[in-house]
Amino acid sequence: MDQDWIWGLVGGLLIGTGGAIYLLVNGRIMGASGIIGGLVDGSGHSTKWERISFLIGVALLPVLLLPLYGSVDTHITSNLLVLVAAGLLVGVGTRIANGCTSGHGVCGISRLSLRGMVATVFYILAGGITVMLFRHILGVI
Amino acid sequence: MQRNVFAFIAGGFFGAGLFISGMTDTNKVQGWLDVFGNWDPTLAFVMGGAIIPMAIAWRLTKAHQTAMLGTVFPPPPEPKLGRNLVVGSVMFGMGWGLSGLCPGPSIAAISYGGTGVFVFLAAMLTGMAFAPAMRRLMDRPVPAE
Repeated sequence: MDQDWIWGLVGGLLIGTGGAIYLLVNGRIMGASGIIGGLVDGSGHSTKWERISFLIGVALLPVLLLPLYGSVDTHITSNLLVLVAAGLLVGVGTRIANGCTSGHGVCGISRLSLRGMVATVFYILAGGITVMLFRHILGVI
Repeated sequence: MQRNVFAFIAGGFFGAGLFISGMTDTNKVQGWLDVFGNWDPTLAFVMGGAIIPMAIAWRLTKAHQTAMLGTVFPPPPEPKLGRNLVVGSVMFGMGWGLSGLCPGPSIAAISYGGTGVFVFLAAMLTGMAFAPAMRRLMDRPVPAE
C-alpha cells in the first residue's frame, strides 16, 4: 500500500517513545532480547516483574488495537524447520551479541554507539544475504 | 510497583508501534531485506521514526545523574567491538531473514500470529538458554598451535 511508510513512521515514533519512557523513567535500555533474555538466564539489572510488565504491555496493546484493523496477517511461514532454526539463531545470536533490532538498532544508533551501528550493519547484511539465498536461489522461504 | 507500571506503559508504546508500523508482518520485514526482489522500504521509516524520540531521550539523560525513579542511567556505550558482537549479529540476522521475526515483534504478535509464533518463541527461548554456555565457549582462549 502507498501509505505504508506513513504508518511505519508513526509506529516508529511510538516505538521510540516507549524507549524514551523506559530510559528516562526506569533508567533502562529498551532492548527486547535483553528484557526477555534476562528472564531466561537471570542476567542484567532489571527485576523479574519489571521485565514481565514490559512484555505484557508489548503483547497487550496489539490485542486492543486489533479490532480496529479487523484481521492482521503476519505471513509467518508454516515451515516448522525454518521456524525452529530461525528461533534458535535469533535466541543465541541476540544474546551473544547483547542486543537485537531494538537494543542495538533503535537504542544504540540513537546514542551513536559504535557497537550498535556495527551490530546493525552485520545483522542487516546477514539477513539480506539469507533472504537472497533462501528465497531466490533455494526457494525455501 | 512504579517501575512495573512504567515498564508496562513503555512496553505498551513499543507493542502499539510494532503493530501499527506493520513490523509484525513478516512479509514487510523480509521485503525490506529482499533487495533483489520486491523491495519494501517501510522498515527504514520505522527505524528512523524510532530513533528520533530516542535520540532526544539520550540528550536529556546528559543533564541528570539518574532516571526519574532513581536508577543510575546506563553507562556510555562500550567502545570495544569484539568477536561476539559480530558472530552473534550475523546469527541473529540469519534467523531474522529466515523468519522475518525478531524478539520484539514475536511478543507483539503472540495473540494473532497463530502456532508459528509459538514455535518461533519456543525455539528462541531455547536458544537464549543455551547462549551463556555458547558465550563461555567462545570466550575461551584459543590454545596456540
